[in-house]
Amino acid sequence: MKRIVVGPFNRVEGDLEVTLTLSDGRVASAEVSSPLYRGFEQILQGKHPLDALALVPRICGICSVSQSAAAAAALRDAMGLVPTPNGERVANLVLAAENLADHFTHFYLFFMPDFARESYAGRPWFEAARARFRAVEGQATAQALPARTAFLELMGLLAGKWPHSLTLQPGGAARAVSANEKVRVLTMLRAFRRWLEGQFFGDRLEAVAALDSEAALWSWADARDRARSDLAHFLAIARDLDLQRLGRAEDRFLSHGAYVIEGQPFFARGVWSADGGRAAFDPDHVTEDGTHAWLAPTGDGPAALHPFEGRTEPVETKEGAYTWCKAPRLAGRTAECGALARQLIDGHPLATGLVATHGASVLARVLARALEFARVLPAMEAWTRAIVPGEPFCAQGALPDEGQGVGLVEAARGSLGHWLTIRRGRIANYQIIAPTTWNFSPRDAAGAPGALERALVGAPVGEHERAPLAVQHIVRSFDPCMVCTVH
Amino acid sequence: MNLVWLQSGGCGGCTMSLLCHDGGNVVTTLRDGGIELLWHPSLSEESGAEAIDLLRACASGERPLDLLCVEGALLRGPNGSGRFHMLAGTGRAMIDWVRELAARATHTVAVGTCAAYGGVPSAGMNPADACGLQYDGDAPGGLLGAEYRAAAGLPVINVAGCPTHPGWVVETLLALEMGALAADDLDALGRPRFYADHLVHHGCSRNEFYEFKASAEKISDLGCLMEHLGCKATQAHADCNIRGWNGGGACAEGGYPCINCTGPGFEEPGHPFLQTPKLAGIPIGLPADMPKAWFVALAALSKSATPGRVRSNAVSDHPVVAPAIRKTGLKS
Repeated sequence: MKRIVVGPFNRVEGDLEVTLTLSDGRVASAEVSSPLYRGFEQILQGKHPLDALALVPRICGICSVSQSAAAAAALRDAMGLVPTPNGERVANLVLAAENLADHFTHFYLFFMPDFARESYAGRPWFEAARARFRAVEGQATAQALPARTAFLELMGLLAGKWPHSLTLQPGGAARAVSANEKVRVLTMLRAFRRWLEGQFFGDRLEAVAALDSEAALWSWADARDRARSDLAHFLAIARDLDLQRLGRAEDRFLSHGAYVIEGQPFFARGVWSADGGRAAFDPDHVTEDGTHAWLAPTGDGPAALHPFEGRTEPVETKEGAYTWCKAPRLAGRTAECGALARQLIDGHPLATGLVATHGASVLARVLARALEFARVLPAMEAWTRAIVPGEPFCAQGALPDEGQGVGLVEAARGSLGHWLTIRRGRIANYQIIAPTTWNFSPRDAAGAPGALERALVGAPVGEHERAPLAVQHIVRSFDPCMVCTVH
Repeated sequence: MNLVWLQSGGCGGCTMSLLCHDGGNVVTTLRDGGIELLWHPSLSEESGAEAIDLLRACASGERPLDLLCVEGALLRGPNGSGRFHMLAGTGRAMIDWVRELAARATHTVAVGTCAAYGGVPSAGMNPADACGLQYDGDAPGGLLGAEYRAAAGLPVINVAGCPTHPGWVVETLLALEMGALAADDLDALGRPRFYADHLVHHGCSRNEFYEFKASAEKISDLGCLMEHLGCKATQAHADCNIRGWNGGGACAEGGYPCINCTGPGFEEPGHPFLQTPKLAGIPIGLPADMPKAWFVALAALSKSATPGRVRSNAVSDHPVVAPAIRKTGLKS
């Protein structure tokens, strides 16, 4: 047995440390640590409830709009407010733009550069991958960054700026959209569509969304010109490295449901497990357990508390603690969230087929993000067309002096929840469970590991590898965004 | 020049903003200007031990460090230990890394309000004892102390903003590379004057509503956001409405007030962000450089002269009355 510590895990940012116990060249167990604590849940105490709209986006500049959306939803719930349909469309557009830009950045800047590392020299695909995907230097970076910048101009138009907008409000959006602005948004969406179809897929979005099995995926990939399909380029690498068999966790998934209009989510809400299939999600079954976090113990009460009862009080030292991250559990068990969970729970046949055959994997997680480009961009076009200029964009309502609200949304990396309690007109408690809190969870009181901790078990580690490649791929398949994890 | 970028107690949003630089590929833009990215947590290939080797080489002086960029507040807690942010894989507090690297750097740049003054993590009870590199709120000091000067002689350059604008960062770095940023080019809070000598109000698209004090009453109204909805653009230092964000946006364009995110202490305004504090019906925070009596007199006059069109549009989310069409040439 040998222990190694891997960190900082950069791309997207570095605040992740993984301690691996190795046995016979494989990971026998892993401990995932988030070494950064800022204390947003403490900062929010005593604030005016609407101040959450200004403060929570600043939890994370990577999924800032998701945090806004969750806060707006929690406030809306507490206010008993029904948003206007126009407001919902704008909010969906802004959130979807962030989520797709995140997937895009993940693929080109954070995930693919690992295949351009010198350690892969000699693989038949290496030279092409290095030319295309090498960090900073690759052709793909040079092309993808301007495309991302152009796509995010949608934020300038609809949300003032990105990140850290205050446009998303409990009643909808703070800014109306005029008829000519609809045209501008559609033009931006078409430009991004053209880029994705020309460089990322090498095919129409609709053709990709229609792929319905693993066999269909491989024959689709074989038919692509890799010079015009970065996804096919990745799939060729993935097939050689067997990435569909790397990084399985427990195959239990959660999605809050994404992009709601008039009560109906575009991607379904629910849970999915290998043994039970799809089932309903009950937010009452969510708990957080701080046993292995540097947080004050709950005393005589249960170790795991529902977020409405949750507390966050850091302590300097604690026996058995190794992270600032709490352990969220659903009906007492771990869950994985993200694009793969959304696509599984929404019943997409390709995602379902891949997981049914191999379980979750590095390949399935990356592919599910690609499916979201193909499925969400056409939905964005439809939401834009459905905006009715002249109709209201923001419903108005009053805050209660006493009340509670929960906001459940889907960020790029998965399920984000805000639980708000208002007492005497002020925030009495504000608890946040981010997607990466689920995925990068530490062990709970019973010793059950979190999703990434589980997914790393069995990963091969070479004798002299200081930054083991398989570990890098698995970690980045979850897209670490550690500022959200602990907040 | 080479550049090392560190992230501490922030949100990563200033990096995400930087990647939106409208010159296209910001990495190329910097390189063409003579700046090489030695390490950036979001962009570089080096991870884990490779990254630590590189930082150690810079800290020991073995590799020259021209530009040290720090994003995020410096977390001194608990009890001065810095344990609220340990640099992963090193068992060492980030504040210790920053102190060591800042002692070697030719220039030290605080990217964003967190690194400049403490920012949002220092709000409320400041749970992590957050501060800026050379300021703690508006008080000089911070992590490095008021006397700190980088090797080239400048104090920490505060490219404040939450997030900071990609243009502010790129222009600051490229100006440093050209030797074109001196102590005189920084304002009294260490911010580059090329953007901090503007007020956010300059170029605001709601200017006509401001002129007539035709105010928005609720969020989503088109009127001026200063009287009721907390807007600080007439006091906040930045060129947001001249430069534009993400292809031409800005906060007021997005339907919400300026919260003075380039200023120290913006995170604790002492009132709800979306409400204007008032005394006897008059906003407490008056436009910069404006005597109160004049403001009151002008506001009263403006309100009495407000055209019906402006008054109606101010409380609607889209224009309900169009401007009259006038012949603008000299009458013959």
